[in-house]
Formats: sequence, C-alpha cells, structure tokens
Amino acid sequence: MLSTLHPPRSLTLLPLRRFHGPKTIVSAASTSPATTTFDAASVSPPQSQILNTRRSLLSGETTASELAKSHLSRIRLTEPQLKCFLHVSENVLKGAQEIDQRIARGEELGPLAGVLIGVKDNICTEGMPSTAASRILEHYRPPFDATAVKKIKELGGIVVGKTNMDEFGMGSTTEASAFQVTANPWDLTRVPGGSSGGSAAAVAARQCMVSLGSDTGGSVRQPASFCGVVGLKPTYGRVSRFGLMAYASSLDVIGCFGSTVADAGMLLHAISGYDKFDSTSSKQDVPEFESQFLSVDSLESKPLKGVKVGVIRETIEEGVDSGVRSATQEAASHLEALGCVVTEVSLPSFSLGLPAYYVIASSESSSNLSRYDGVRYGNQVMADELNKLYECSRGEGFGKEVKMRILMGTYALSAGYYDAYYKRAQQVRTLIRKDFKAALDQNDILISPAAPSAAYKIGEKKDDPLAMYAGDIMTVNVNLAGLPAIVLPCGLVEGGPSGLPVGLQMIGAAFDEEKLLKVGHIFEQTLKGLSFVPPLLANVA
Amino acid sequence: TIQPNQFTLLGTALFRRRKRSSNFSVRCCGSQTATTHEAKQTSQRVAPKNHGSNKLDEILRDYEAVIGIETHVQLSTFTKAFCNCPNNYGSHPNTSICPVCMGLPGALPVLNSKVVEFGARLGLALNCDLSLKSKFDRKQYFYPDLPKGYQISQFDIPIASGGYVDVDIPLEFGGGHRRFGITRVHMEEDAGKLLHSDTGDYSQVDLNRAGVPLLEIVSEPDMRSGIEAAEYASEMQRIVRYLGVSNGNMQEGSLRCDVNISIRPIGQAEFGTKVEIKNLNAFSAMSRAIDYEITRQALLYNQGQADQIVTETRLWEEGAQKSVTMRKKEGLADYRYFPEPDLPEVILTQEYVDSIRASLPELPEAKRRRYEAMGLGMQDVLFLANDVSVAEFFDAVIAKGAEVKLAANWIMSDIAAYLKNEELSINDVKLTPQELAELIAAIKAGTISGKIGKQILFELLAKGGTVQGLIKAKDLVQAINGEVF
Repeated sequence: MLSTLHPPRSLTLLPLRRFHGPKTIVSAASTSPATTTFDAASVSPPQSQILNTRRSLLSGETTASELAKSHLSRIRLTEPQLKCFLHVSENVLKGAQEIDQRIARGEELGPLAGVLIGVKDNICTEGMPSTAASRILEHYRPPFDATAVKKIKELGGIVVGKTNMDEFGMGSTTEASAFQVTANPWDLTRVPGGSSGGSAAAVAARQCMVSLGSDTGGSVRQPASFCGVVGLKPTYGRVSRFGLMAYASSLDVIGCFGSTVADAGMLLHAISGYDKFDSTSSKQDVPEFESQFLSVDSLESKPLKGVKVGVIRETIEEGVDSGVRSATQEAASHLEALGCVVTEVSLPSFSLGLPAYYVIASSESSSNLSRYDGVRYGNQVMADELNKLYECSRGEGFGKEVKMRILMGTYALSAGYYDAYYKRAQQVRTLIRKDFKAALDQNDILISPAAPSAAYKIGEKKDDPLAMYAGDIMTVNVNLAGLPAIVLPCGLVEGGPSGLPVGLQMIGAAFDEEKLLKVGHIFEQTLKGLSFVPPLLANVA
Repeated sequence: TIQPNQFTLLGTALFRRRKRSSNFSVRCCGSQTATTHEAKQTSQRVAPKNHGSNKLDEILRDYEAVIGIETHVQLSTFTKAFCNCPNNYGSHPNTSICPVCMGLPGALPVLNSKVVEFGARLGLALNCDLSLKSKFDRKQYFYPDLPKGYQISQFDIPIASGGYVDVDIPLEFGGGHRRFGITRVHMEEDAGKLLHSDTGDYSQVDLNRAGVPLLEIVSEPDMRSGIEAAEYASEMQRIVRYLGVSNGNMQEGSLRCDVNISIRPIGQAEFGTKVEIKNLNAFSAMSRAIDYEITRQALLYNQGQADQIVTETRLWEEGAQKSVTMRKKEGLADYRYFPEPDLPEVILTQEYVDSIRASLPELPEAKRRRYEAMGLGMQDVLFLANDVSVAEFFDAVIAKGAEVKLAANWIMSDIAAYLKNEELSINDVKLTPQELAELIAAIKAGTISGKIGKQILFELLAKGGTVQGLIKAKDLVQAINGEVF
C-alpha cells in the first residue's frame, strides 16, 4: 500500500492558504468550561472548496494540475503521520491535465471538474484496489466502478485514492483496519473515528477536497465529529449502493465529507438518484441544493425564522461528556439566535436502538460476508478439502472484529433464536421509526450531539468493544429509521495540542436533505469565532 | 474485464474429493452422475412395478407409501433472475457471468420481472392462491457453486400456495383419475455447477447456471406409488411446457425432481421416517427408484429393522437400478433464512393477476377432459394431450373439419411413427393441419384409398405440398365405380 508515496522531502510545498482562508489557528483556552471560547474574531466563514475550484479554474487563476500537484504534495508530507490512504491513485495528475485541456479547448466542465475526491476503500473503483481494509480482499481490484464513483467521474471529479477504514465498516475508530491505523489530524495520538476515519481525516487534513464514506450506524457522522469536518448521511435509498461492499444492506448508505456544508451537499447532489442496478434506490427527485448555499452577507438577521428545532432529550442526558453537552446547548442557542424555535423533544425508544442496531447489522453482515469464501477472488488458502479451504481463507482473511460480528449475526439468525433477536430487533426498528416520525411531525429538524465524546486516544477502547459500541448511541437510530442527517463542527473541547472538535447532528425527515443543508449552511456560516482547521496543518505550514 | 484467480476456469483448484460425503454437510449437486440413456423423456409411460415374488407382494400389501415431491423448474427467461446475463444452457464454462451472478463485492440483485410473471402463471395453472405481497429471503449455506454464500429464495411467503393438480393414470397401470395437492410454488435462483477433475484431485466451478431463475414446486405428500409420482412429475412437465415457462427438459436439468418417501403400516396415522431420493433423470427412473425404496423400507419393517430406516438422502444409480446413501442428515440443516434486504417486496395487483389468468392457455387437464368429451378413448386422450404441439396440431386438424377419431388415428400411428424415426417434433414437419384434414376427407370421400393416403402423407411430411396437388401430379385418383376423374 501507499507505494506511490515518498517520505516528506520539503515542508515548503504546502500551499495551505489557497484552500482555506484563515491562517490563524485558534488555540484552546486552558480553562474550563470545556467548550472554549476563542479570541479569533477575525476568523471568516469557511468557503466551499468545490465552488472555489470551479471559480478559480474558470477564471484561470489556477489550473487543475496545480491543484492536483499541491494536494499530492500535501499527501506526501502528511501521510506518513496520518495514514489516511490505503492507496493513492497514479492517475490524479493525468486526470487533472485532461481537465486543463478541456478548459483550454473551451469545453464545458462538469460541476466537479478538478475536484479531488477521496473514496472509502469499501466503495468499488474500477482497476484500483478496493479492499474494505480487509486482508481477505488484499490486492482485489474490481472490474467496475460503484455508481457513486461513476457519477463523480462523469462530472469531472478526480479520485485521489482509497481511504482507510475499519474492516468492512465494522468499528468506530479505524483501528480495525487490517493495514494501518489512521491518526486524527487534530491530535496524532487520537483516533479519527470510524469507520470512515480515513475519509474524514483526509478532508480535515486537506489531503483532498471532499470524500465519500459509508454510514451504517454513524460511520460518516462520528468521524466527521471527531475530525471537525462536515459529514452528510443521506436518506436510505437516496444514493445507489451499487458498488458499495455491503456491511448491513438495510442500513448502509454512501455519505459525503467536506470541509463545508456546501461541499458535502454538492457532492451528495452529484451522487444521488435512482439507479437501475440498486432496487433499493429511490426514484424521489433530487432537488438542486446549490441555491441553498447563499453567501453569509446576503442573509437577513433571522435567516432561520420559524424553523422548528427539537433537541433530543435522551442525547443530552447522563453518559454524554459535559463538554459535548454544553457545545450542543450552545449550538441550540446559536440556532435560536438565527430565528429557530428550539424545544426539547423525547424519543422514548431511543435507548433501544443500540442493541437493535447491533443485532440487525451483525445479522445482515454475517450473510453479506459469506461471499468472501476464497473461491472466486480475494485471499485463498489452499487446502486439502473444502471446509478447510473456507476455514483457513476466512480465518486468516478476516480480522477479530469482523469475526465477532459474523458470529453474533450467525447466532442471532439461528433457528430458535431468530424470534428472540432478529425479529424483535425489527420490531424495535418499527418503534424507532414511529417515534422519529412523531418528533419530525412536530419539528423541522432534530438535533443531538454526533457522539458522546470528542476523539479519544488510539488504543483506548480497543479491548472494550462494548464501550466502543456505546459510542454509536447518537447515530444508530437514524440508520434504523433510514433518515438523513448531517454532522457539522459546532465547538471545541479541551484535549490535544489545541482542542478537539465536537460535531452537532441535525436529523431531518426522509428525503429532506435540502432543509438540513440549508440550516446547516447558515449555522456554519454564522458560527463566529471558530475555525476547524486542525493544528497539524498549521504547524506544518 | 473480470480478473478472477489465475485458473483455467473461473474459480480455483478447490479441494480433494475424498471424504466428500461425510464432510460436506450442506448440499450435493445432483447432476454429477448424470445417466442419459432415456431416449425420449417425454414418454409418459413408466415401467411396471418390478415385483420380485408373491411373498414380496404380500409384504408390500401391509404397508402404505407416502410420497411427496419437490420439483425445480428452470425458467426459460432470456436473462437470469437477478442480472442481465443471458440464460443459455450449454455455453462454454463461465462465459455467461457478470459481477452480480459471480457475487463480486458491491454487486446487487435486480429482479427480472419475467420470473414473477412465470411464477404467477404456474401458480394459477396449479390452482394456487397467489400472494399479492410476497418477498425474497436468503437461504444461507456454503458451497463453491453458490457465489454469494446464500441463495435468494422465498421462505415463509411464497408467491403461490394451496393448489392441486389432476392427473389421469394410464390404463396399463390401472387407470383412474387422481388429484394431488400442491403445497407451494416459490421463486429462487439456481446455483452454479462443479466440474470434478478426472483424477478427483480438484474441482472447478462453472457459474453459467448461477442465478438462473427457478420455480420450486412442493407437493403435498399425496402420492402412494412410483407410478403416481411419475405421473405427477410428468404432468408438471406438461404444464410448464403448455405455459411456455420452461422447456421442462430433465436431461438438461431444466426439470429436477427430489422425492421424499416414507412408509407406514396400513391404518397407521403417523408418517414413517422420510428418505429423500435425488438424481432422478427420467420419469421411468423416478418410478423405479420409488418402488425400489418402498420395497427396501418394507423389507426392513418386515424384518423388524425399522430403526434402520433413517433420515437420509439417497442417490439413484440408474445403471445398477438401486439407490445408495449419499448423506445422512444429523438433525435439520439450519439455513438461517432472513428477508433479503437488497430486494423490495413483490407486490402483485389484482388486475395483474386477472390479466395473467386471462392469458393462460388451455391446460393439459382441460384438454384431456375436452378430448374425452369428444368421444376419444383414454389412451388417445393421454397421447394427444401429452405434447402441447401435438395437441395444438390435433386441434387445428379438427378445426379444419376432420373427423375426430380419424384425425387421432393418423396422428398417433403413422405421423407419430414418422416423428419417432426421424427424431423430429410435429413442429418440424412440412405437413400442415389443413392438408391432414384434406387427406382424411379425400380418403373418407373415396377419392383416394387408405394406402395411397399413406403415400401422400409421407410426401407431405417430408416435402410439404397439398393433397390435391399430389393427387394430380402423381395421378393417384382412385377409380370409383369405374369412372376416372
């Protein structure tokens, strides 16, 4: 892996400024309250990298090749410490040159022209390694692009490489990758979250502009929160799953990371829509999100007047770090200041979601991972007889966490246990859907923390799976209900060299990503005094 | 563009075959020892019981066999059940495959709507109730011919259930009319095929058949003899051919029957221990295999060794005319069924069901009753209704005004003999129903003699033309009353 990367030669190659306005990196206040305030009043709102790229390419201010080169060199510099990528494409520059040639010829450009995109390793990319960070698929190169990747390429986007993840999406730290541990750009001793930790960290570290992840129980949203980037989990069925290596088919969605709400939204727009290769993809119209991403100057004083926001009571009770709780409360106040009507709302079934999720996800995964048998592709251990071939290929190919979930799922689906586990979990799922429906009938959006804590230390929960699973409590219910949600940075808490980001989760009604993007964008653009560029970058620069 | 491991065929040198039956608890491909000596599997006749002696007859008289059949019908759709691969029998190994039917990571199934249509057609033809809302489930087990590690099937809600089928037992086997219950019809996908090396050192996987659509028909345990079972299976073949949902070819594996047999002393209500028999490649084999099994079980009962009748799967060996143990089941296999999350529910509207029902052709049973009402004997009825093409030909000849009995005779004797000799189907010959009707009329009118009629018939079969044309060309007009026409 990473054969194309070289050790850093020079630190002067980082053109950080072009990609992000503020050079000033805020430092966490040394005193509590944990939610810190900053004196960086000069921090300007973050700008969309996709829109900036489009603007600067069209104006001739820069070229796609320059953008690609600067990102590749940033990858070279930061990757030895961060380890976000399992594979970096050899064709990035070539792709960028093609865009430049198109510009030179005056041809029309796709909306993602020149945009550098990281793709989670469980999303198939034709001819490029796609392993889901599992030994069982080591060196596997799919013969086709996932529909989402195909759409990105058609719109001019350039796939930078494949990002690290927990094996098959099973984990919340990216430590369960068979190949490497990714570090959090805010503090290299901490996890980036997971399972899409590589995609989140790569965007946070500006190694790429945006990235694709997948979210089965929070795998886009929780790492977004840990890395201080925007993570968007669309409605189930909004984006085709064709080419996404299945973990839990009824929960899996491909999601988007960006450093701004606008970037995540525009990437979502690019990959959304019905796909005849995925019978569970939806024929619902995909609205034009871009009009929501107005400049902050054009906003009135109460731009979100009348928007009803429900704070999910169960998510700000005990078990949630005080810093996270106060960041959420401050976010609620900020929304109120923007004109929202904020009330508390209760989801009585909330606590049932986590066990139901682990039963359903494990059950489906035990089935979905059966195809990795060493017979047709991937890791095969030669054996004298069939069961041995299965046993050795799977035994050596799968990691510990994957094996545990396959065993749990196999157990839950077994005759005599099905009713007690799988069927009951499905009943809980119905209950959770109903509760969300009721809450969303009363409110436009619901908010909660994205995770009970900020990023924790590498190794901290490695041997305590239950503690790690418990960290998914904020996000799994949304997957069970199939709803869209966005996580965006809302504050910093103490920790690391200069504070750790905390994300706010906004949950919307099915197929109403538009509202989430609108509220999220305005929230982001008006969140004064906070910047979410990790210090690692500032230090390197 | 697909790059599997570097073996000749897709897949891999898998495993040695020794210890095969004991180690592989999941499943065996039933077609590996294909016996292909049946000349025409269309024949509805089955061999009579091979009663060894009067003593055996006496023993058998004390027991009743209970027989149920699971029939797998391969559907003749253009493409596979869940992908766009062509559904071609006999292609070069692994040439009709794609990421979906190979079970590549990230590939998803998309249901071919023809499968639902065919399922509904067969369900209605078997007098079943259709489920307006059914679903797919995953049946999970590991075997190298099953790329995904699960088969997409239907578990608790099949597309059709609760039907029956009527058959007529041929006179030589005692005759009579029987009605056998149909428990259910469900949709599923076929698995691939294992090709074992001559040395037995390795096996290879051919996935051309993986994902080919199947309908599985489960009967009630209503059959009581090999003859009844063979008649049931043969009626299934007729029905799928009448409906055009399958070619029903047993040799190619398009129609596969697994038979479950138990026996019990006459008068006992509980069922005995059930034994499954596989590898039945012809109706005659089915009949003989069942009678063999009944005898085997009856003898064990009779010798006080009923405990040696165990739940097992036995393989019929056509060459040796006996069955052998393939695997003994230790308890029930747990397939861990659960609803297939990649496919939405299958919803049928009442209008759709009505339109399917309206489009059903006249089915074999209706045809037989109609022919019977036309005054034909049961032997004629069974012959004519057996093959849908023959029946259609016969109906067309009648429609042209030919006399029923005469038309039946011509078709069953000279035409049938010709078809058999030439190995043709009635659709292959040049003779049209119109001309056969003309021929029959010409003979009846005395224009030509029966003998001349036969000559003309063979001309018509081989070369075509018209009766009138041939009579003129060959100057075959028969002198009647001394006059020459």
